[in-house]
Amino acid sequence: MKSVAYVLTAMLVFSLAFWAYRENYATQQVLSETQRLQREIGSAKLRLSVLRAEWAYLNRPDRLMELSEINYDRLGLQPLRPDQFGRIDEVSYPPEPLLPITNPVDVSTMAGEQQP
Amino acid sequence: MIRTPLRPLARILPARDKGENTQAIERENIRQRHEEMRDRARTRAEGRLLVLGIFFFCAFSVVGGRMAMMATSEAVEPLTSATGAAIAAQRADIVDRQGRILATNFETHSLYAQPPTLVDPLAAAAGLAGIFPDLDHDRLVRDFTGKRKFVWIKKKISPEQMQAVHDLGDPGLLFGPREMRLYPNGRLAAHVMGGASFGKEGVNSAEVIGVAGVEKQFDGYLRDPGNGGAPLQLSLDLTVQAAAERVLYGGMKIMNAKGATSILMDVHTGEVISVVSLPDFDPNDRPAPPVEGDPSDSPLFNRAVQGVYELGSTFKIFAAAQAMDLGLVNPSTIVDIRGPLKWGKFSIKDFHNYGNELSVTKIIVKSSNIGTARLAQQIGPKRQQEFLNSLGMMDPTPFEIVEAAGGQPLMPKNWSELSAMTISYGHGLSTSPMHLAAGYAAIANGGHYVSPTILKQSGPQHGPRVLSEPAANAARDMLRLVVTEGTASFGEVPGYHVGGKTGTADKPKPRGGYYDDKVIATFASLFPANDPKYVLIVTLDEPTETSGPAPRRTAGWTAVPVAAEMIGRIAPLLGLRPDVVPGQLAGITLTSN
Repeated sequence: MKSVAYVLTAMLVFSLAFWAYRENYATQQVLSETQRLQREIGSAKLRLSVLRAEWAYLNRPDRLMELSEINYDRLGLQPLRPDQFGRIDEVSYPPEPLLPITNPVDVSTMAGEQQP
Repeated sequence: MIRTPLRPLARILPARDKGENTQAIERENIRQRHEEMRDRARTRAEGRLLVLGIFFFCAFSVVGGRMAMMATSEAVEPLTSATGAAIAAQRADIVDRQGRILATNFETHSLYAQPPTLVDPLAAAAGLAGIFPDLDHDRLVRDFTGKRKFVWIKKKISPEQMQAVHDLGDPGLLFGPREMRLYPNGRLAAHVMGGASFGKEGVNSAEVIGVAGVEKQFDGYLRDPGNGGAPLQLSLDLTVQAAAERVLYGGMKIMNAKGATSILMDVHTGEVISVVSLPDFDPNDRPAPPVEGDPSDSPLFNRAVQGVYELGSTFKIFAAAQAMDLGLVNPSTIVDIRGPLKWGKFSIKDFHNYGNELSVTKIIVKSSNIGTARLAQQIGPKRQQEFLNSLGMMDPTPFEIVEAAGGQPLMPKNWSELSAMTISYGHGLSTSPMHLAAGYAAIANGGHYVSPTILKQSGPQHGPRVLSEPAANAARDMLRLVVTEGTASFGEVPGYHVGGKTGTADKPKPRGGYYDDKVIATFASLFPANDPKYVLIVTLDEPTETSGPAPRRTAGWTAVPVAAEMIGRIAPLLGLRPDVVPGQLAGITLTSN
């Protein structure tokens, strides 16, 4: 009886050691993965900040003003003026749809009959 | 436990027989018992001491061992904590009120050389002089062939220049990463931004420090990693600022002025939506401060907060508002304005002769110096001083850029009755346009002082009350009348009910006295006058309007048209609807009422 207990205990110790070994390696792998991801996040953030700076640079008012002047023929953009405000009741409703045709008359044959 | 009897019969009886003292036996036994107890206690205490000793030894060895390990090991970034993902830039961005970027950081490189490791110093020097035309070839040769171990060559280089240096292929030319401050909008809001430069420099990084404007004022905040890279949000509006700069620049050129400034301020929150000072500069390439000449001629000079001028008749409304607040007069009270008003050897004159008497409203509308001086006489110097102090006219403005602290108003040392009279029409007290904006904001919002701020606010500032509401409203109505029938008739913008006051002040000579042909023309306005939301101050430095036969310099001919054009441009951008019935627009048909 006692020997069975010894064997079981030894096996338990072995299995715990194996489990700890595996966990250790899994942790190290996760850590290196985290490191890689954080490096990636860092470079993505850097790229993002460059893109944001570029966006701000391309959208600077001076440049937009110049572009609208160059493309005046096509776009006709001018600074906003007070007289461009409208009221909501000045906007017309969309036109009502045409009534459905219930008794169609074939006109193509009528034209054909008249022609000799 | 077996207790040994203190008086064992086996010893007591023989002792009695011998006639000995039995007490001695008892004492002997008591002594033995005490000795036993003492020994037991001692052993236990020793055991406890040992256990405690071992415990403390272990604890201290763990602490000591950990310290030794930490001291000898390389520092490692904690990877397991989830918050480590925020890699904050060295300096936070600055954004406008809608989150558009005004200042950000950009990765670039610096170039340095280690002459001992240069393969061919002469070729490297020649190559570098070819890539960077501003470098001195002979100097490089001297540095590279001398005793120096380390030479800075360029603090910031572009990626193209970096590639060109790479192509030289010399292992002694090295690059260090640099974070530089970038203002993508160029000259826009240059005086607010200020600029940044490098502080302490190392090979691997350099400190970026603000040198002026908000960059310097909020240097600590911008560099604090505890903010997690949260940007600094200003109250400026990029679009409005761009439009204001354009209009003001055009106005400055048309009016032949040498400088100009404009301030647009929200009257309830105190937020400064746009502040322009011309001429300006590019904060990406901040010019060096001037070493000679008048500092106010430098583009670095911020006229809006540093330019302390006598702002002339724009101050008259304060005298009128205070007189009404104190109950001395009402808008229709008639005041004697027969001139010239003599005070000692000093006499006060009007620009034109406006007759013998005018109502208070007419004094403001016609801009009568004598009438305002009469009002100031009634108010008295002490009360006037207190009132102007409550409007913040005695101290530098609390506007949050470093230059604002330099805008200390100039006032007479002895605030006599004559000073009170001249100050009431804007002479004798020099303030910055920002002070004037804060004063007009108090009139516009119904009598509360608001301190001008560059930071975005979440709601109105409920500052201390400086004027009663009826007095503020009456003053506002007078300002409206100045535009509809007074000196600022060019200020009318259809639909926006502009109210304001002109001011034309002769420029003081540096050695005393005043110039005849140099003025500061100011128009301080508020709109819409029926429920003011914004205050706009436009100041032109030495304007001359030359369309007529004689050059005209008064504010009504110079600053007012510029301000009107500016209101017409920026009010729609601010989302203010004009209060007029718009004409029929093409493509829009009226379908119902």
